[in-house]
Order: sequence, then C-alpha cells, then structure tokens
Amino acid sequence: MSKGVLAIAEQIDGVFRKVTFEALSEGKRIADQMGCELICLVLGSGMEDIAKELCKYGASRIMVADDPALKEYMTDSYVNVVDKIIAQEEPAAIIMGASTQGKDLSARLSARLNAPLASDCIKISVADGNLNATRPIYGGKILAEVALTGTPQIVSIRPKSMPVEEFSGKDAAVEKVNVDTGDICLKFVEKIMNTDQVELTEADVVVSGGRGVGSSDFAAIEELAAVLKGAVGASRSAVDEGWRPPSDQVGQTGKVVSPDLYFACGISGAIQHIAGMSSSKVVVAINSDPEAPIFSKADYGIVGDLHEILPLITEETKKI
Amino acid sequence: MEIIVLLKRVPATESIIMIDDDGKSIKTNNVKWVINPYDEFAAEEAIRIKEAHGGSVTVVSIGPEKTAATMRSALAMGADRGILVNDPEVDSRDGLSLARILCAAIKNIKFDLIIAGQRAVDDDNYLVGPAVAEFLNIPHVSMVIKEEISDGRIRCHRVVEGGTVVVDAPLPALFTTQRGLNEPRYVSLPGMMKAKKKPIDIKSLEDIGIDLSSIEKSSVTVTSMRLPLERENGKMIEGESAGTKAAELVKLLHEEAKVI
Repeated sequence: MSKGVLAIAEQIDGVFRKVTFEALSEGKRIADQMGCELICLVLGSGMEDIAKELCKYGASRIMVADDPALKEYMTDSYVNVVDKIIAQEEPAAIIMGASTQGKDLSARLSARLNAPLASDCIKISVADGNLNATRPIYGGKILAEVALTGTPQIVSIRPKSMPVEEFSGKDAAVEKVNVDTGDICLKFVEKIMNTDQVELTEADVVVSGGRGVGSSDFAAIEELAAVLKGAVGASRSAVDEGWRPPSDQVGQTGKVVSPDLYFACGISGAIQHIAGMSSSKVVVAINSDPEAPIFSKADYGIVGDLHEILPLITEETKKI
Repeated sequence: MEIIVLLKRVPATESIIMIDDDGKSIKTNNVKWVINPYDEFAAEEAIRIKEAHGGSVTVVSIGPEKTAATMRSALAMGADRGILVNDPEVDSRDGLSLARILCAAIKNIKFDLIIAGQRAVDDDNYLVGPAVAEFLNIPHVSMVIKEEISDGRIRCHRVVEGGTVVVDAPLPALFTTQRGLNEPRYVSLPGMMKAKKKPIDIKSLEDIGIDLSSIEKSSVTVTSMRLPLERENGKMIEGESAGTKAAELVKLLHEEAKVI
C-alpha cells in the first residue's frame, strides 16, 4: 500500500499559480491509480486561510508550511522544508508544476533525495505502482516515454497540458506544519514584476511577431493581443533586431508556450521558433510569403500583409 | 576568480532528428554537433567575468573523444583549459549520474563559481546544474539573466513568470543561464589558433575516482520515443480581400476551433 502522492502548491503573493490546480488534479488521478491518498503542501507566509481554496481538488490533507521566511520562493529554504515533510510523510510520488519555481525545486530535490525526476511531462500513467511519463525532448521534436523506479518519484508537469478537475463536497483537513528552514544562505533582495503584461507562459492566447513586422512598430500585434486578453510574443529575429526584449522571445532559447491560440505573424517558421510553440492548441499563421514554412505548422493560414490583416481581425473579434 | 563551465555537446537544432531502430534512442550518424546554446551563454559569461576580475576558466564535459572538438570552440572564445570525461560506461541519459561524474572531475579545482546552462536542448531536463550544486553543497540560482560579483558574493537576477527576482549568494556558488544573459562572441581566427595550444585533459571514470557500481543504476529509463502527431493539413484562408479573409478566420476560430 503506497504512502500517498504529494502535490506541491505554488503561490505568488498569496495567489495560487494555475498549474497548482493542474498538479493537484493530476496528482489525484495518479493517487487513484496507485490506490492511495493525495496530500498537498503549501509553502508561504499568511497562507493558512488561502490554502482552503485547494480543498476542492481532491486532497485528503493540505499541509501549510507558513513562515515569513517562506514568503518568497528561495531554493534552499523551500528544499529544506520540503525535504523534511517528505521524510515525515514518505510519499510514493511528488508532483508539481514545471514553472520556473517547479523546475528549480524539483531538480535540487531530485539530487537531495537521489530520486528519479521526469520534468515538463505532458502525460503521466501508473504501471505496477511506478510512474510512466511522456515528455517532450529535442525541443518537442520527439516525445519520450520514461519509466521511473524507486521511492519517491518526482514529476513536474508542463503548464496547460493537463485538465483541472474539481470535486464538490470534498473536505480536506488543513493543518499547519512546523517550519524548519535549516541552513540557508540565499538572500532575497527584490522582485521586479511586469504587472501590466500577461505572462507568456500562462497566456491562453499569444500573438507573436517576427521579422515580417519590419520594425519595432508592434501596434497591430499588441492590439490583437489586448482584444483577446493575450500576451505578445516575438521571434528571435525580432529580438535580435532590438524590436522586442528577450523576455518576449518564444522559441528554443526563449520561452515555451502552450496557449489555446497562437498567432505567428511575419514569422517564417524556423525550427527553433516551432520548438517554443508547437504544443499550442490552435496555430494561425499570417505571412506575406506563401512559401513560408510556418504554414505547414499552422491550422489556419492567411497570405497577406500583417499590418493590414491584423487590425481587420481585431475589428472582427470585437464584433463577437 | 576560478570559474568552471559545464558544457554539453548537443545536436544542432537544424539537424533532422530521427529515432533509431531500437525505438528508444536517436540516430546520431548525420548529426551536426554544437555547444548547447545555454552552455554557450555560460562560457561567454565566464570569460567576461575572467576579463573583469582576472582568473581562469575551465570547461568540463562528458562525452566521446570528438567532444573535444566542440570544447575547442569554448577555448577559442577565451576559456583556458578543458577537462573531458570520456568513458564508454557512462550512461549519457542519467542526469544524477552525470552530475556526480562532473563533481568528481572537478574535485581538485578550488573554484569560486560554476556556470551551467539551465538545460540541454536535447534532454530538456533542467537537472544537471542544480544537481551538481547539491552534490557540492553550494548554493545555486537558476535562469539568470544578469549577475554582479563583489566581495565574495554574487548577485543574480533570475527570470520568473512575469518578471525578475534578485537573489544574493555567497561564493562559491553555481548559477544557470537564461537567454538575455549575454550575446556569445564569435570565435576569431587568432582565438582558434590560440585554442589549439590550450590543454584538454581526457579522463576515464577510473581516473577521476568514480566506480560505476557505486553510482546507483539509473532510475529513469527511456522505454520508447515517437514523433508527435503532425498537425493535420492546415486551412489556407482565401478571399477577395483582406477584409473577407479576416472575417472568415475569425468565424472559423469562433465556430470551428472554438478558441475565441
């Protein structure tokens, strides 16, 4: 009888990141297959009441590690606290979102515990009490099936790749746990957030511009993104030209996005760019070159001038 | 400043990646090998730190003998020496074992800083950098786009969703790179000539004191690989004018794809 699946929640300034709900839901599905309980760990400061929001995702217990020292994510304090909880609870599996925090935490934890790690998984199943995961490699050109053995096993899930399931009428026990951050040496200095922009990796819609935009005038792209409540992305060409900052770059050495809808405007479709957006649900390509490779990677394509077409799409969208 | 750069040789992204006959590995015969792009940022930053603070840069890698040629590019950029662990026993896909091997390879170097790529663009696993830091019991910061060193401490700006977080750590420390950290310099002809004379020590696992039986057998096994489903042939939207095409697209996105 395995000891449980531990889902690690992620919050920023008291708000849970969406992938937390996805990790809990997937954790519940794994726990059901393993015949054990889903338990959840929340780390932060002033989170005891907010943690109750997680009750509806199927965990039987929600542990809250609440301490001012945990207000901001810092690798060493978080790994030390999680390490102690794992020693206490002995979960068979640990699941978290593959956000920047999750990728960082799961890697250090894997080494700390000498536990196998499959990161950025898009699908997970259970066989003989062990996790099997599907994860993209080579920038998504290949899907690898990996089998994990040993205890515990750690998986991180690609945001927006697994469905969220809510259970009504389920009550989880919310309990405060002792926090011992252990020996730590990292110091939080400050946080600089771009509060006015939708974050690329979490957006439901991304409108990206490439060399075809022709200049730093991204107004047509920005307006469509605004109407669709989406984020603005850029190809490496646009970033190299200095038209957009590196943080806007979608691609192999940029961000990997999985929105429901992706517009590739004036982007030719280089493999490195595809690596950043191939798991988008629906792709629209707008390019003046009918031979652009991007069209073979898109669900819908329009040949034309993006500066003419995008404002018209924006207008049509407003009519819905 | 004694700086170590962890470097991995990976297939160039333009390479057509094909699954081998065993169904669980990649065909490597026609592949063009390059420095992992994130490790190139690491090498460049290490060289800039050396130029600012003095010291030396050692590039460390694991792989077959030909990996030395890839490491030579980093030497041509300005790194001083290389260490290559070449042993047929190495399971190239077990991140924790690779991390242990890298730690053993550098155990005699009194380093101040280790810089690694956030991930290798073949495995996309994000594991080795942080694992090396854990095994060496030093702090690490991942996905760094800016760093400043002074008075035995390093201040790192790490990229998070929607912004950056600034973190301070004592040296020795490790950080991993994020796009935006720097633009790697082009290798110059004089650089390449100098690089030919720089040493690359090739070591076996025995040379660095690793007994493979002491490294637990890999607990992450690739059981199969497949190509993702290709998008079905997309629809090219025709129309008399830009206006009609735009209207048709929005209609399809709303009614057919149901994404707006």
